[in-house]
Amino acid sequence: MAAQLRQLRQRIRSVKSTAKITRAQEMIATSRIVKAQQAVTASKPYADQITQALTALVSHHVGIDHPLLQEQPADNRSAVLIITSDRGFCGAYNANVIREAESLIKALRDEGREPVPYVVGNKGITWYRFRDRDVAETWHGFSDRPTFGNAEEIGRRLTEDFLKTDAEGGVGEIHVVYTEFVSMLTQQVRVTRLMPLEIEEAESSKVPPAYEFEPSAAAALDLLLPNYVESRIFHMLLQSAAAFQAAVRRAMKSATDNANELLGVYTRQMNQARQAAITQEISEIVGGADALAESGGE
Amino acid sequence: MANLRVGLVSPEREIWSGEAKMVVAQTIEGSLGILPGHAPVLGVLLDGSVVKVEPADGGEPIVAMVGSGFFSVAADEVSVLAEQAELGHEVDVQDARQALEDALAAESEDATTERRARARLRAAGIEA
Repeated sequence: MAAQLRQLRQRIRSVKSTAKITRAQEMIATSRIVKAQQAVTASKPYADQITQALTALVSHHVGIDHPLLQEQPADNRSAVLIITSDRGFCGAYNANVIREAESLIKALRDEGREPVPYVVGNKGITWYRFRDRDVAETWHGFSDRPTFGNAEEIGRRLTEDFLKTDAEGGVGEIHVVYTEFVSMLTQQVRVTRLMPLEIEEAESSKVPPAYEFEPSAAAALDLLLPNYVESRIFHMLLQSAAAFQAAVRRAMKSATDNANELLGVYTRQMNQARQAAITQEISEIVGGADALAESGGE
Repeated sequence: MANLRVGLVSPEREIWSGEAKMVVAQTIEGSLGILPGHAPVLGVLLDGSVVKVEPADGGEPIVAMVGSGFFSVAADEVSVLAEQAELGHEVDVQDARQALEDALAAESEDATTERRARARLRAAGIEA
């Protein structure tokens, strides 16, 4: 009886300290979400400006041509950039991304294309390594707080591979699987095609001004397109980072809730065990006293 | 005369924004001064150059180092977008000096690192 009591006390202690840890993790994640969201907001002016400049450029030079805008029907390989996190403790965040990526890879295979994964984040890297799959390139170490330099690195490599042909180890199109931070409670895995870039004909009331180009439109396009691609990747990295923190917060919140619930159950069990022990002791004493009284009565 | 509305933006944050009388930027083909009423231009910045902004309130000119990027001028709005950008007074002079020395010592073909380091020093107000 006393042994069970001790065991329960120990269990309560350990659940309590786990709850403390998960609660702290939850609070850390909450404060990081705010920071991650600020980073998303801070990157907006640049993204807006570059989109605007590109719109102006394309709309005044109809039929403009650039390798990054061209479909490459000859190339059968497709790059799939998968953005996961470096750390766990985030519920199904990485599992969701990988599941979506796997279904995309399967769909591409069914189309007769050859998918090539490019993986960001330790969790995705280990997943692919464990299954001994071929991966074209991996990046890690910045999933919590991506800088533009990271996006640049990824963008450069992808653009390079896009411009190569199949035989040189290049790819014909680039897809990205990332997580969008919709709100504190919702994070949505998204799949988009990054390259070749598509020019969409959009009706806009605001006609961009007729720019002159310094030194030339072609040179400006040469600089703008890779920058635009990098800024898109940066945006996806930031969104994923914010979504990751939100996932951590939710996972840690439910862990804390579960721990508290468990604590209640254990406390009740312990009280019951203590009561049982006391009752037994009393009945033992009473039984002993009775036995004494009987023997003394003779 | 109207003023220019200037925004100096890097991918990670907005470095500076406000009203200005004049902006001087360096393109691949040379310096370009922009005054209010300038025709719409989209120019490629020289990687590792200095952008100078004269604020409308007549204060000290704002000098910033910029890495690869471009600027656009339209309807008195100037936006400078650079992948690397740093305001002159934010430059860590010692760090920039070190970077310049390293770049010179490396004697690499690529002069960008050296130019960037020089631009950082120039933005900080030190000739190099």
